[in-house]
Amino acid sequence: MADIGIVSYGANIPRLRIKIEEIAKVWGKDGGSISKGLGITEKSVPSIDQDTATISVEAARAALKRCKINPKDIGAIYIGSESHPYAVKPTGTIVGEAIGATPDLMVADYEFACKAGTAGIQSCTALVKADMIKYGLAIGADTSQAAPGDALEFSASAGGAAFIIGKDNIIATINHTLSYTTDTPDFWRRAERKYPSHGGRFTGAPAYFKHVSNCANNLMEKMGTKPTDYTYAIFHQPNGKFPTNVAKKLGFTTEQIKQGLVVPFIGNTYSGASLVGLASVLDVAKTGDRIILTSYGSGAGSDGFDITVTDGISNLARNNAPTVKEMVDDKTYIDYGTYAKITDLLYWE
Amino acid sequence: MRDVAVIGVGLTEFGELWDKSFRHLIAEAGSKAILDSGISGSDIDAMYIGSMSSGRFIGQEHVGALVADASGFSNLHIPSTRVEGACASGGLAVREGYLSIASGLNDVVVVGGIEKMNDVAGATATETLVTAADQEWEAFFGATFPGIYALIATRHMHEHGTTREQLAQVAVKNHANGALNPHAQYRREITVKQVLNSTMVAYPLSILDCSPVTDGAASIVLCAAEKAKKFTDKPVKIIGSGQASDSLALHGRRDICTLDATVHASKMAYNQAKLTAKDIDVAEVHDCFTIGEICAIEDLGFVEKGEGGKAIENKITTLDGKIPVNTSGGLKAKGHPVGATGVAQVVEIIQQLRGDADKRQVKNARIGLAHNIGGSGATCTVHVLEAM
Repeated sequence: MADIGIVSYGANIPRLRIKIEEIAKVWGKDGGSISKGLGITEKSVPSIDQDTATISVEAARAALKRCKINPKDIGAIYIGSESHPYAVKPTGTIVGEAIGATPDLMVADYEFACKAGTAGIQSCTALVKADMIKYGLAIGADTSQAAPGDALEFSASAGGAAFIIGKDNIIATINHTLSYTTDTPDFWRRAERKYPSHGGRFTGAPAYFKHVSNCANNLMEKMGTKPTDYTYAIFHQPNGKFPTNVAKKLGFTTEQIKQGLVVPFIGNTYSGASLVGLASVLDVAKTGDRIILTSYGSGAGSDGFDITVTDGISNLARNNAPTVKEMVDDKTYIDYGTYAKITDLLYWE
Repeated sequence: MRDVAVIGVGLTEFGELWDKSFRHLIAEAGSKAILDSGISGSDIDAMYIGSMSSGRFIGQEHVGALVADASGFSNLHIPSTRVEGACASGGLAVREGYLSIASGLNDVVVVGGIEKMNDVAGATATETLVTAADQEWEAFFGATFPGIYALIATRHMHEHGTTREQLAQVAVKNHANGALNPHAQYRREITVKQVLNSTMVAYPLSILDCSPVTDGAASIVLCAAEKAKKFTDKPVKIIGSGQASDSLALHGRRDICTLDATVHASKMAYNQAKLTAKDIDVAEVHDCFTIGEICAIEDLGFVEKGEGGKAIENKITTLDGKIPVNTSGGLKAKGHPVGATGVAQVVEIIQQLRGDADKRQVKNARIGLAHNIGGSGATCTVHVLEAM
């Protein structure tokens, strides 16, 4: 059976940034120690005209620019986000229309906290494997919400990445994917609530660490691999500390996680977080590089992927779209007042 | 008054125990103590349970009956009473159990202490804890316990020249002891530099000057001393029990650097035991904040007022010091499940006096003291114990 994998990829990170120090100043907190504690120095902010739909369209267009496929050959679009612009009306149709993939197209919006994007990759992989579609487009994107003054305000940011999944012209083979899922209420947002709630320290050991470690270990056991077999490792990155600690615990080195760890510079892009990390790795990956990716979604679950970069990577026009690093470096700082206005903190009734 | 002995002890692990409920924890501690003592359920005349705020932490009041029920004793209809005195709830439960046997009413009493604090978010835990302060005069104006103890600390620094380094050394010592305690929440050593550089909570107290939010339970079995040998070879006698109160708010105190409740409760306990502070071989004191331990060793009479900081610096209270304090790791490193703390302190002293404290064992410990504070010093219990 032909290998299934990634045909192309693209990412999008809004240009606006706010420094952790700036947010801390407003709340009378010590920005330096918060930055150090979280492992984040600044975060991306969606501008007034950016949302999950626009970020998804930009990321999808970047993926299409890099490869030679006809958008009409995309048979499915799954967008994972916890900030779909509409509660009822899909983001996927907007993206499908914008990239010219409609109307012979399966679409659904996904939600599984921060891992709905990787769930989309799994669905696309299965549909391609079943020969129901030629190509599938999976996107993880968010303009994540945080209540003013909440700990999440220091990390919740905006960004996303898109992946075209198929059998032809693949740049990286998905050797295997599996998930680890339980009912663990560590973080949630009730219907019609503006901001999410979380269980404080409960989001750590029994939630993120348990699911990410078990998922990664199960995957390596299934594949008969060990940490040293991988060139790159990417873990969901709600902050800089969690992925660094889990990597260490699992036996991965700083060198293996460095390229895929973008959270210190852009914050937590939620559904985009591990996937922007994967895009950053694919920006520099060479034939034969092996990648392990483990996402995490509160609620809770992790999706694990074992990926090998093929020689198809050399045919991909990677330069046709900006790299993650270029987008990280292309930034405009704003102050808290501007941040408050454009992220709708100043709403009134 | 009859003599009273402790004949069994039980302790759960202390920490963030996400997979253990309130009833699971207290049943675990209680059954360990009962097994340790050799009694059976039908021997129990009464139960006293210390819990500061189960209502706010887990939405459950009426925990006296709950604990008897969770322990499998509902069919025995044992009188079971919840006792509350903020963070001194555990010490008060010990004292109530003690009094009920000393009075001649009961022969065998099980005392428990418990708090399940991690089921609420950190901010809610802080709000709940400050219900132990004066709501009208302190909490309503934004005071929290770190803030209140920070007032004591800054005044102590001003009056007595105590330094942040000395405060930090309390945490360093207690973490060193906690590293040797298999039940402790933090089983790792820290340095003065780490304490000084950790996140500031309320000057001069940084986060490593503060005890943590903890889940845990502790239990002891008390017995009339004349009957103790029937159950155990190693009973430990309670030779002094003291309790005192003071103004609820800090500003009502004669001197905010002195916890007069400690002075009075310890005097009561020393008088009953017919001894002085000099006779104490090992002590567990209420170090909810590092300044708390400095005040405690002064107010208990181990050192002169104002000398607490220097005593820490001169290592008088380390494991091999003149008077080892908080060998368990104290509230700082062992953890501070508020209602359990007073009982857990007695458990540590019993283990020391029995010679069961393993790597934390103080050589030739014969007389020990447990000191438990509620709020910023409005309630205090002091128990003095001696191996029989």
